[in-house]
Amino acid sequence: MSIATLETPNTSAATDNILSLNNIEVIYDHVILVLKGVSLHVPRKGIVAILGANGAGKTTTLKAISNLLKAERGEVTKGSIVFEGERVDKMSPNELVRRGCIQVMEGRHCFGHLSIEENLLTGAFTRRDGNAAIKRDLEKIYELFPRLKQRRTSQAGYTSGGEQQMCAVGRAMMSKPKMILLDEPSMGLAPQIVEEIFEIVRRLNAEDGVSFLVAEQNTNMALRYATYGYIMETGRVVMDGEAAMLRENEDVKEFYLGVAEGNKKSFREVKSYKRRKRWLS
Amino acid sequence: MSDVAARPAPNLLAKGWVKSGLIFIAVVAAAILGAQFDDSGTLYKVFIDPFQQMVQAPDLLAQTIWEGLVSGVLYALIALGFVLIFKASGVFNFAQGIMVVFAALTLVGLYEKGVPAFLAVILTLGVMFVLAVTIERVVLRPLVNQPDIILFMATFGITYFLIGFGEALFGGSPKQMIADQLWLPKGAIDLKLFGGLVSLQKIDIAAAVIASIMIAALAAFFQYTRIGRALRAVADSHKAALSVGISLNQIWVIVWFTAGIVALITGIMWGARSDVSFALEIVALKALPVLILGGFTSIPGAIVGGLIIGIGEKMGEFYWGPLIGGGIESWLAYFIALGFLLFRPQGLFGDKIIERI
Repeated sequence: MSIATLETPNTSAATDNILSLNNIEVIYDHVILVLKGVSLHVPRKGIVAILGANGAGKTTTLKAISNLLKAERGEVTKGSIVFEGERVDKMSPNELVRRGCIQVMEGRHCFGHLSIEENLLTGAFTRRDGNAAIKRDLEKIYELFPRLKQRRTSQAGYTSGGEQQMCAVGRAMMSKPKMILLDEPSMGLAPQIVEEIFEIVRRLNAEDGVSFLVAEQNTNMALRYATYGYIMETGRVVMDGEAAMLRENEDVKEFYLGVAEGNKKSFREVKSYKRRKRWLS
Repeated sequence: MSDVAARPAPNLLAKGWVKSGLIFIAVVAAAILGAQFDDSGTLYKVFIDPFQQMVQAPDLLAQTIWEGLVSGVLYALIALGFVLIFKASGVFNFAQGIMVVFAALTLVGLYEKGVPAFLAVILTLGVMFVLAVTIERVVLRPLVNQPDIILFMATFGITYFLIGFGEALFGGSPKQMIADQLWLPKGAIDLKLFGGLVSLQKIDIAAAVIASIMIAALAAFFQYTRIGRALRAVADSHKAALSVGISLNQIWVIVWFTAGIVALITGIMWGARSDVSFALEIVALKALPVLILGGFTSIPGAIVGGLIIGIGEKMGEFYWGPLIGGGIESWLAYFIALGFLLFRPQGLFGDKIIERI
């Protein structure tokens, strides 16, 4: 990790960012306004976390970037998304993967009837650099996830949740991405497996220089591995800052880390406090 | 939670098999009883007499099986077209039957306009490609993410468009397939078998061989190529396929074009046995029981299903048909399919539904 990622990424140095969202608005089905002006930046070779509760807009933000929104009748109606200095808001997922930005969807979405190995190979669909290179990368994935190698011939539908998550990450890696959008990698997994997956994220980031934008509800885990975090609520970014700073922030501690300060408050008090905060931000 | 959801399925299956086993035993017992007491009764005619005939005249049996085999191969070819599109886009393509007719008509029509036969085949392939691209652009792309039933209705639209378009271009009268010009063999081979003559039409042999080659090629394509893998991935989950950068539009064109190639070959083979007319489209609906039998998502299923239906039909017609005045052939297939729906709804080889609870 370089020092660059330790600077606040949304100050001037735009050239350093691999991905920038500028004030984007997303509308589903032409009527439902889901994102109300979200801006965020991912520095090159950085790990950035988007945190927030259910329905905050984390997944929508990731899908707006990868443009899987279109398949769900969503649309970016305002703002711009810049990846590697290029506007990508109107680009198909296929073109984006070609340019090196791939999403790992929430809930894994492995191809259940394909074997693990075939799953990994579909990740290389957009590559044009020949079978030898693909084979080499496949071995690398197996080295990263020894468990996948053991289960390479079994149908992905019959593997465990953790194995499927590894398969999904490995499949994304097979496209040789510069950046991975990782949606809720911890969902439904044992803490130990979650830890293992985040360790892999760190390793890929350090060894291959892959940037990550991770949407997580598991705030604790995400802030341990990310360098920078954005906190979202009902379609807006309500707070952002260095991971270390967020970890120490009293509000974050209370709302997302479950560490209350002093005497316990009732749920009602918490809610009203939250609402006030939202108006302020 | 998970227990409750998982329990009913195996139970039902077990009950189903028990039930069918009991019915079978009861039927056999009744047959034996009936035959014992009554030499010219109905049960004797249904359960004993046909089998005696089979044993007494094995050459006729061989002939019947062969004919069933050939029509089975042709059913399998049509079913294959359905399976390809169903796998990749989850759409039951009602237009597959008319695509067979349209491809054959285009081929014959081009030949009649003076295009050499083999050039006409290549041009017809071109037409099928254009058709695939057009369908993807005009029908599939605007309807993406709509419920399956809407796409299904859209294929009805395609069907009637192709009927009208084909009639406008080539006229509605039946045409002769240009079998000779395509070097398809004519005549028959007579085999001496079991003390009788079994006559095999050469065109039928050619159909079986060509169909086998094509099926093997398709299976290899699906299993071992990059595009084939992508096709299976799309069949599994559209969303996940999109997320790894597989272009659905590209895949759909490929799949519809492949179905078009299958349609052309089916059209040539079928047309060479009878003639090329819009009536073929109705025959194509025979693919439906084949699919129910074999499973909508399985290529081997389409083949085995086609053969079972083909042979079952011919045997039923020949041995049991006279009992009720003939005409079994037109509905027996649907009857078999109904039986399968009761006991094995996913078909013989259909994808097992994998669901983690």
